[in-house]
Amino acid sequence: MAHPADSTNDAGPADVRVAAAARRKPGSWTRLLRSLIRSKTGAVGALIVVTVVLLAALAPLLAPHDPADVEPLQRLKPPVWMEGGLPGHLLGTDNLGRDILSRIVYGAQVSLLVGIGAVLVSGAVGAVLGLVSGYFGGWINALIMRVADAFLAIPTILLMLVVLAVVGPGLTTLIFVIGFTNWVPYARVVRGEVLSIKERDFVKAAQAVGARSGRILYKHILPNIISSFIVISGMSVATTIILEASLSFLGLGITSPDVSWGGMLSDGRSYVATSWWVATFPGIAITVTVLGVIFLGDWLRDVLDPRMKERA
Amino acid sequence: MARYIVKSLLQMIPVLLLISLIVFILVRVTGDPVALMLPESASEADRVALTAALGLDKPLLVQYGIFLADALQGDFGTSFHYGQSSLPLVLERLPASFELAAAAMALAVLLAVPLGILSAVKRNTVLDLLISGVSVIGKAMPNFWMGIMLILLFSVYLGYFPVSGRGGFDHLILPAVTLGVGLAAQMTRLIRSSMLEILSQDYIRTARSKGLSELVVVGSHAFRNGLIPVVTILTLQFTSLIGGTLITETVFAWPGLGQLLVTSVNNHDMAIVQAAVFVIAIIVILGNLLTDIVYRLLDPRIKYS
Repeated sequence: MAHPADSTNDAGPADVRVAAAARRKPGSWTRLLRSLIRSKTGAVGALIVVTVVLLAALAPLLAPHDPADVEPLQRLKPPVWMEGGLPGHLLGTDNLGRDILSRIVYGAQVSLLVGIGAVLVSGAVGAVLGLVSGYFGGWINALIMRVADAFLAIPTILLMLVVLAVVGPGLTTLIFVIGFTNWVPYARVVRGEVLSIKERDFVKAAQAVGARSGRILYKHILPNIISSFIVISGMSVATTIILEASLSFLGLGITSPDVSWGGMLSDGRSYVATSWWVATFPGIAITVTVLGVIFLGDWLRDVLDPRMKERA
Repeated sequence: MARYIVKSLLQMIPVLLLISLIVFILVRVTGDPVALMLPESASEADRVALTAALGLDKPLLVQYGIFLADALQGDFGTSFHYGQSSLPLVLERLPASFELAAAAMALAVLLAVPLGILSAVKRNTVLDLLISGVSVIGKAMPNFWMGIMLILLFSVYLGYFPVSGRGGFDHLILPAVTLGVGLAAQMTRLIRSSMLEILSQDYIRTARSKGLSELVVVGSHAFRNGLIPVVTILTLQFTSLIGGTLITETVFAWPGLGQLLVTSVNNHDMAIVQAAVFVIAIIVILGNLLTDIVYRLLDPRIKYS
């Protein structure tokens, strides 16, 4: 396993690296792929993530059963290799006789949708607030940072519990609730980057020739914060997947008929004394997926923003 | 120092006001409390009377003022589930949550500090890879799943510990391990990288070249300065400790604040939710202040500005 903190910290200024990344166009993909394979954990992470994406995309083709198919006569059947297992149900069935393997395959859809969707929402909110706060400063900066402090003072899961208590569970709700409560890290990092970038000559030059603020933010500052933005996003997808599972476990996230790994764990918890498989397999699915995202995210960080290694 | 503490306490006020505003808005859009409190058969006159009695016919700003004034007096409304004032209900759950959180934090520190240092000192050895590998897995594993697996192994199969509830020391072990191991996993990685940074500094090289033993170099020279980032890391873990407590309490039916909050959210018992949010926010802010003070005591270079 490669240690993120170990390789030398030879990062140049952020804009130099981003410019270099932009310059290498077609040939860069091969180089990127080679770097991915060289980093063993990165390759394992990519493999896991690609597998989960394929499972989610091809769920109707891959799942042996309908995930919502209730069969009372076949409830709590063990996996196929154990005594009493049924040939059609590789990983056994749950308390309603639903096929666990099929539910895990379909559960990948929810995990990815929420993981990526929420990160997009919080990234967009955080980037806009961070850009505005860093570029304009003054009272608007003070206001945004005070709101960010208030958000940090409450554990995010607590905030989400309150919001979900009010608006009720559901897939879209969950994406927006997680999205709107997790913007603070983006806003802070983007603000920090903007503060240093706006003092650079190319921004000063754009201001001197009379470019409007919107244009400067979009054309000159945004491209320079993309790499740190991608790095935080990679890390947040992992935490968001766990968060979704936790909320669904508490009964406040995804509800039936949608399948969530967290919800499956919550079902399985009541039967843990007699039927270990119901709670075990979804947990393995979450752990392996999150591990894959972490590995891939660490590799992305090393490639895009070597300075972040020290802060991790 | 005293000035710094007073200033920090004063800075709590706008944050708490903002939290109160968020809670107020959320509770007001929850739906109609009048409809919840009255039976289906209630007449329109009853409805109007109750709306007036609850002050819901007043302008929103006035309602917020009343809400704030009540909150300052510790009145967050009556829980319709328990039929009691909500704040005492919340406060009586605190000792159980503190017990769990303290045990988990102690376990996490006991695990993470030596493992993080060992991992940094023995950098790139098999031992380091092993420690880092285990802590990455610990980070990837949802703690409620680990709780269930611990119950499966130690309660169901081996019968060593009770499955759930609060009682003697044996009740505390599984929840504390569930919560503590996840925290330890995150802390180990952070401690490792901060120790690595310190070990690469000049004064450590000087200490080594003086011929001091590795034990003295690491234990005395590096560790003392390594403590400062460790305290920062503890601060950062404080909010995730509280979040983790919420879930762990639910897994183990631990009668703490988290479990009360989760059931109240599910019951739409907003009076308790409001009181719990305020109590937790105040704990988080005070906890952050406390770690900040410890941090400043450890590193005299930091100015109390």
